Amino acid sequence: MISDPATSLTSAVLAPAVDDDQLLHVSLGPQHPSTHGVFRMNVVLDGETVVRLKPVFGYLHRNHEKIAEGTSYLASMPYTDRLDYICPLSNNWAYARAVEKLAGIEVPERAEFIRVILAELTRLINHTAFAGFILGDMGAWGSALMYAFREREKILDLFEELTGARMMANFMRFGGCRNDLPDGWSAKVSKLVDEYGPFLDEMEKFLVGNEILLSRTLNVGSLPKEVLINGGITGPMLRAAGVPYDIRKVDPYGIYERFDFRIPLGATGDCYDRIMIRFLEMRESLKILHQALDQLPDGSFIHPKAKIRNFKPPLGEAYARIEGPKGELGFHLISDGSTRPYRYRIRPPSFINLTLIEDMCLGLDLADVVVILGSIDIVLGEVDR
Amino acid sequence: MSLLDMSSGGPSLWAPEWLPRLPQRLVEMLLQYFGAPEWLVTTAGWITAAATVVGVFLGGFALLSLVERKTLARVQNRLGPNRAGWFGILQPVADGIKMLTKEDIVPAKAEWLLHLAAPILIVMPSILALGVIPYGREWTPVPLELGLLFFFSVGAFTELAVFMAGWASGSKFPMLGAMRAISQMVSYELPLIITTVGVVMITGSLALSDIVEHQVGFHLGFIPKWNIFTPWGFSAGIVFYIASIAEANRCPFDLPEGESEIVAGHMTEYSGFKYALFFMGEYLGLFAISGLGITLFLGGWQAPLPGLGFVPSWIWFFAKLVVVIMSYLWIRATFPRVRIDQLMRFAWLCMLPMALLTIPAAGIWVFTANPDGSHGILGWLTTVPLLLIPWIIITIIFNRRISPATRSYTFADS
Repeated sequence: MISDPATSLTSAVLAPAVDDDQLLHVSLGPQHPSTHGVFRMNVVLDGETVVRLKPVFGYLHRNHEKIAEGTSYLASMPYTDRLDYICPLSNNWAYARAVEKLAGIEVPERAEFIRVILAELTRLINHTAFAGFILGDMGAWGSALMYAFREREKILDLFEELTGARMMANFMRFGGCRNDLPDGWSAKVSKLVDEYGPFLDEMEKFLVGNEILLSRTLNVGSLPKEVLINGGITGPMLRAAGVPYDIRKVDPYGIYERFDFRIPLGATGDCYDRIMIRFLEMRESLKILHQALDQLPDGSFIHPKAKIRNFKPPLGEAYARIEGPKGELGFHLISDGSTRPYRYRIRPPSFINLTLIEDMCLGLDLADVVVILGSIDIVLGEVDR
Repeated sequence: MSLLDMSSGGPSLWAPEWLPRLPQRLVEMLLQYFGAPEWLVTTAGWITAAATVVGVFLGGFALLSLVERKTLARVQNRLGPNRAGWFGILQPVADGIKMLTKEDIVPAKAEWLLHLAAPILIVMPSILALGVIPYGREWTPVPLELGLLFFFSVGAFTELAVFMAGWASGSKFPMLGAMRAISQMVSYELPLIITTVGVVMITGSLALSDIVEHQVGFHLGFIPKWNIFTPWGFSAGIVFYIASIAEANRCPFDLPEGESEIVAGHMTEYSGFKYALFFMGEYLGLFAISGLGITLFLGGWQAPLPGLGFVPSWIWFFAKLVVVIMSYLWIRATFPRVRIDQLMRFAWLCMLPMALLTIPAAGIWVFTANPDGSHGILGWLTTVPLLLIPWIIITIIFNRRISPATRSYTFADS
């Protein structure tokens, strides 16, 4: 929880309205249908109204950071796939950027283009699946989810053709990518990108006009901008509240400066805005993909002098961040000159976005908690690491 | 005694019309042949009639559990169960065996007697309610004079059973589910019952078979004289349909078992066959409430078009039942769930006023009828505005609450 009482809603609402023995203590999770994994919320209810909510993390803790400190730099790359397993390629990129910054490795132009294409496809996957997941949390029984997954499958098929794996891609390398695009791959992506716009139109039409969805999401779970900024919230959640913070614009990395795209902003930051912002972002991603596919240059997909074995970055420290689909994904590395990182630290967007969940849920219904949790868009692999 | 004497003398005497009553008649004939006393013949006949209904609807329950999964799967771009038997036809059997052989777990904090009684009590009223519905011209298992009253009286048992299940489980999710179920069912039973008042006023009888008989015939030669085709009946039918979804705990009103929120509501702590009984109760209740809706508003077992009277009447009833239940499945596959406060607001601010308005509308409809029972322009001119204007006002009020029109999205200037 954030500490400053002036900007926190917690202290104002925390005082329970009735005696403590009148309250119902419910443990939502770790085995619960809509905690998106093994997340637990200890909820105190007054009737159906949430009086207190304590998130409990760590059921999926896999010691990722410590393991990474005991192994070589490249050996951590497959582990990053398993952080946010909905979007492994973004995680790959963030880690590769951190190591490249640490060791001062150049990335060829073609590799940068491939990375942008993969990252934006990943954003499409994440946001599409998000729309399905949140409808499932509202009780739509998987209908939206199955259609979202239908589109996701198409992108995963492309990933499989390129990387050999549908989800655990392990594709980026320090100084580029593991292999070049297969023949005809970019044509398939172009076709998919062309077909994605109509799908988004359809999905948006069905979801956004639905009265029940509107009544469940409008004015649910919004927080003031200041609270969100103080809480370190990033990504679509922050932009839904109207804060223009997208690392692709404020701290451009890769070749994002070459592309023409916009950052959509909401106004209230409630669950409805969070859904809409993601739809708008997907359309911007499609624009980036169009441009990147058109401009895709020839050349090498990896820096010719990039070292795979016995890779020893010089003594130093580096923090690199990208705009992941869920928010700012950063890797902090400290090198002591050996083959292993001295310190390896991740800034996971899911985890930090989740910290404000109590402030968002207080005073609302139990049913809203589930929707708010869905709108934060967490993946437990990244929260617990 | 010839077989044809068995029918009580309706217009259609050919064989399939009384086919569903054949078991009852056979048992009665057999007992009479062996010289059994009169009371035994009657009792055995009634037991057989009840067993026929239970058998038919348990078969329907098995079939519906498969059809529901298949339909939802097709809506969701999936295949659904297709491993057990051809086209998954044996899936209900497999489910049944699985349920029967599973361990029956009673939580340590549960009140074991109530925990045991709740699933039984939830099936019982549904079966009782199914007994009074006229399925065909010759087939009303228990032709009660106060059939409608009986239906709602036993139907009220369901609330008790759900609350028993939730309370006796000694757990928190079931308790929340039971709290939701009680508030929801009580709120929606009110409009459900009030809408039937109009039908009773028009018919002048509480017997369900009389209500069906009253809807015989066709307007202009082709529009059936069903209650749904009158202004008050249309309004009442819509209210009844929505309230029946809520009564049957179906999506979007499936809050008592809201899976994504409270796991399985009152069924959370049940396993094995007790869990299956809850499903059985839910599906049988669905059959019962749809059957009542068909009887009250959709002309019961009557054919939808003239000249189709040669088809046995119970086939029409079950055809309508399939249509109504498929509409429930369609809704379940499409809509998200509402929240409890929205549910209650909808019940008390929209459903109840509209249900109440059908009573004066039905009264005016009776009052303006011509001596021969037909309805002139006057009835339409008075009842249509009486119902349509409040509908529009309520729609506007409810839509204003959820209008996204105020939302606008800007783009950051980079």
